[in-house]
Amino acid sequence: MASTTATASAVHATPRSESGLWSWITTVDHKRIGALYGVTAFILFLVGGVEALVIRLQLAQPGNHFISPDVYNQMFTMHGTTMVFLAVMPLSASFFNYLIPLMIGARDVAFPRLNAFSYWVFLFGAIFLHVSFLHGGAPNVGWFGYANLTSREFSPGQGVDFWAIGLQILGVASLAAAFNFIVTIINMRAPGMGFMRMPPFVWMTLVTSFLIILAFPVITVALVFLLFDRFTGTNFFVPAAGADPLLWQHLFWLFGHPEVYILILPAMGIISEVLPAFSRKPLFGYPVVVYSGIFIGFMGWGVWSHHMFAVGLGPLADSFFALTTMLIAIPTGVKIFNWLATIWGGKLRFTTAMHFALGFIALFTMGGLSGFMHASPPADLQQTDTYFVVAHIHYVLFGGSLMGIFAGIYYWFPKMTGRLMDERLGKLHFWLMVIAMNVTFFPMHFVGLLGMPRRVYTYAPHMGFDWMNLTSTVGAFGIAVGLLVFMWNWWTSLRHGRPAGNDPWGGASLEWALPSPPPPWNFATIPVVKSIDPLWHRESRAAALAANQPSGPIHMPPRSHWPIVSALGATLLMSGMIFGWVVGIPGLALTLVGIYAWAFEPCT
Amino acid sequence: MANTHADEHPGAHAPEHAHPGAREYLAIATILTVITAVEVAVFYIPAMKSGLVPVLLTLSALKFALVAMFYMHLKFDHRLFSWLFVTPMIVAALVIIALLKLFGHW
Amino acid sequence: MSVAAAVHAHAPEAHRTSTGLNSRKMLFWAFLGSECMFFGALIATYLVYRGRDQVGPHPHEILNIPFTSVSAFVLLMSSLTMVLALAAVQRGDRRGSRIWLAATALLGMVFVGGQCYEFAHFAHQGLKLQTNLFGSTFFVLTGFHGTHVTVGVIWLWSLFAMAARGKLPQSRALDVEIAGLYWHFVDVVWIAIFTLVYLIQ
Repeated sequence: MASTTATASAVHATPRSESGLWSWITTVDHKRIGALYGVTAFILFLVGGVEALVIRLQLAQPGNHFISPDVYNQMFTMHGTTMVFLAVMPLSASFFNYLIPLMIGARDVAFPRLNAFSYWVFLFGAIFLHVSFLHGGAPNVGWFGYANLTSREFSPGQGVDFWAIGLQILGVASLAAAFNFIVTIINMRAPGMGFMRMPPFVWMTLVTSFLIILAFPVITVALVFLLFDRFTGTNFFVPAAGADPLLWQHLFWLFGHPEVYILILPAMGIISEVLPAFSRKPLFGYPVVVYSGIFIGFMGWGVWSHHMFAVGLGPLADSFFALTTMLIAIPTGVKIFNWLATIWGGKLRFTTAMHFALGFIALFTMGGLSGFMHASPPADLQQTDTYFVVAHIHYVLFGGSLMGIFAGIYYWFPKMTGRLMDERLGKLHFWLMVIAMNVTFFPMHFVGLLGMPRRVYTYAPHMGFDWMNLTSTVGAFGIAVGLLVFMWNWWTSLRHGRPAGNDPWGGASLEWALPSPPPPWNFATIPVVKSIDPLWHRESRAAALAANQPSGPIHMPPRSHWPIVSALGATLLMSGMIFGWVVGIPGLALTLVGIYAWAFEPCT
Repeated sequence: MANTHADEHPGAHAPEHAHPGAREYLAIATILTVITAVEVAVFYIPAMKSGLVPVLLTLSALKFALVAMFYMHLKFDHRLFSWLFVTPMIVAALVIIALLKLFGHW
Repeated sequence: MSVAAAVHAHAPEAHRTSTGLNSRKMLFWAFLGSECMFFGALIATYLVYRGRDQVGPHPHEILNIPFTSVSAFVLLMSSLTMVLALAAVQRGDRRGSRIWLAATALLGMVFVGGQCYEFAHFAHQGLKLQTNLFGSTFFVLTGFHGTHVTVGVIWLWSLFAMAARGKLPQSRALDVEIAGLYWHFVDVVWIAIFTLVYLIQ
């Protein structure tokens, strides 16, 4: 212990405060950035949840007038946009940030300031998007903004501008983070950690990051076209000029389909960590799980038009995309079987995290089955744009991504905070959430097949939708109650939770060798890795535990305020499109100053 | 020279590998110029009309490859850099081809 | 090791990477891969919309092959000067660094100047952003390319300024190498655009 303290004072020889607002604003520590992402994303998740509750209240009864139709359109648009871009993606990013360096035996990511920059851009982008509520109304064109509803002619207000510009800003954040993680994972692994010794979560992060850097440029271009049409009168989506609004759909879904894998792969990575830990068994078929993830990443590029089966692509295109969509179910199924095989014969411990991981398997599989049903174009002609799709997406995103994220929270909260969450409250949260989630979304399968379209403001009575919609609304509030239980647990555990120690669960990966929470430099000595699941193999375990002993100088990147300055500049620059030169010019100046100062700031 | 490559190949790599020098760069530039001239000629010669597309695509692919391999040094660098660049390029090309097909261009 | 020494010692592991490759260079190649998708989507749109204009002017009426061939040549030559600049920095040739960096930046400015002239000329002939599909797709595609060149020119002049003040020694060759990668990429995109937009009509 004394030597750790000596090392602590060696690193902090130049006095700097590690607490206080300024230390957070200038932090480049991946753990702090992960915490910032997590808290911000969770708050935005609650905002998206409130939007969902408003939607459900409006739909609770036929012919309802809880809110106006236009506000309703804003609600479902913002709910989708928020949940995809401001909740699930950044919650995943929170895990990437916190865990990747720990899992690969590094002290931080490859580019700590770029990391901070991504967070600040995300935060400012999220704020910018929400300013729309106060500035003429939020976007109301659906989270996928189909052309040419989004044209200036049919959407004259500024809502669509906020949406398009907001997504461009958020895209910068995602891209910056993805580049960082690609280089970090490839280049900053501890000695001995070959690619096939990396924890599965690290692999899924790598695949996700590649998907981001390839998919986001496509939506960037689509949004560029939209913004040019709206601001300069170009013809990208103007049918009268010979353009085809379908181009938007193609470009959007070329991004959008990889995006859904971006949303699910991190959760799959989390599950692949949690299940082995609580089965006391290594992940079954680790290489196969990894290859399936990679395969899904590649194949995800070949299925996008399954979102467009109803637009009249023609039999050849329809058949092609139907085939590829059915094919992509295979690697997903392979993973599910590998998870089941992991649990099979294991010494199971039913912690809250394990509950969520098992729940993931069940619920995601259900979502996968309805997804597979969409793969048939004739069947999809009935299902598309109905609540059947809403059921599918919520089973995979809520029952999948979100359950995975909660599994991760319960699993790694002790590592991040040094305290255990309350297991009883955790299980209460789990059961409330799972039951409520099914009450909410299961009826949607039926209501959809009965013909209730998506995004409708209301519906006529006696069409068979009435009691099922009411049930969904009740379920939604049940989810809210579950979330309240979770938040209470989180808050009290943070304050009074039992001390966790380094390794409350007997985990396999390197982070469990470190104190909870880890010191700023993570590893006093970079461990030498001799196997996969290092803490479960004697030689590697010894090396990992020795990582707490200092053995030489520790070099940590200094804090910097240029990331937040550049992020603010970039946001203001883009906001100038709405708020004018008075915002845009200072934004440009701030961006240039920020970038130059950042480039010339010593990084050692 | 040795300094800049120390990062990339610590110890295991002789600094005087076949790295191009000014003469090679000039030679590449000459080839690029010639190819460009040929491309423009192909554009103007009526007899070449039918083979225009494959010939031009091949010639510009050649220019692309020369700049990437020699000026961007991919031929001599670690293969990982080539993969990082070529894979997205292939995805981009496939996307272009797919969209052309979907919009009825062939 | 004493406390003071621990703080100030140069940590060798700070530069150790798993692959032995430089992280900034790796980051930049990943970025260029991403840019392939960006320009790929712009080019795809141009090609998809080609021939669908309801009104003129049409490409064959407006595009000036001789002029553009010269500007393509200029950009190709700038790649040569760029690589010579890198070689100069790598051997510590301060004068050569300045000359070749400036030459590259100047050639880039000639290219951008040519683009501006071309765009203005097209506008005179009746082709603007909003005129038709060709106007929209052409100007946005080549406009983004030109913007990339402009950013490159600014980057190169910044490096020139550093070289002029003696702040671009051999040890900073990587900075020039990365700028070079950007520059060559922008050239390579133009190779694609020149063929697909101008030569194959």
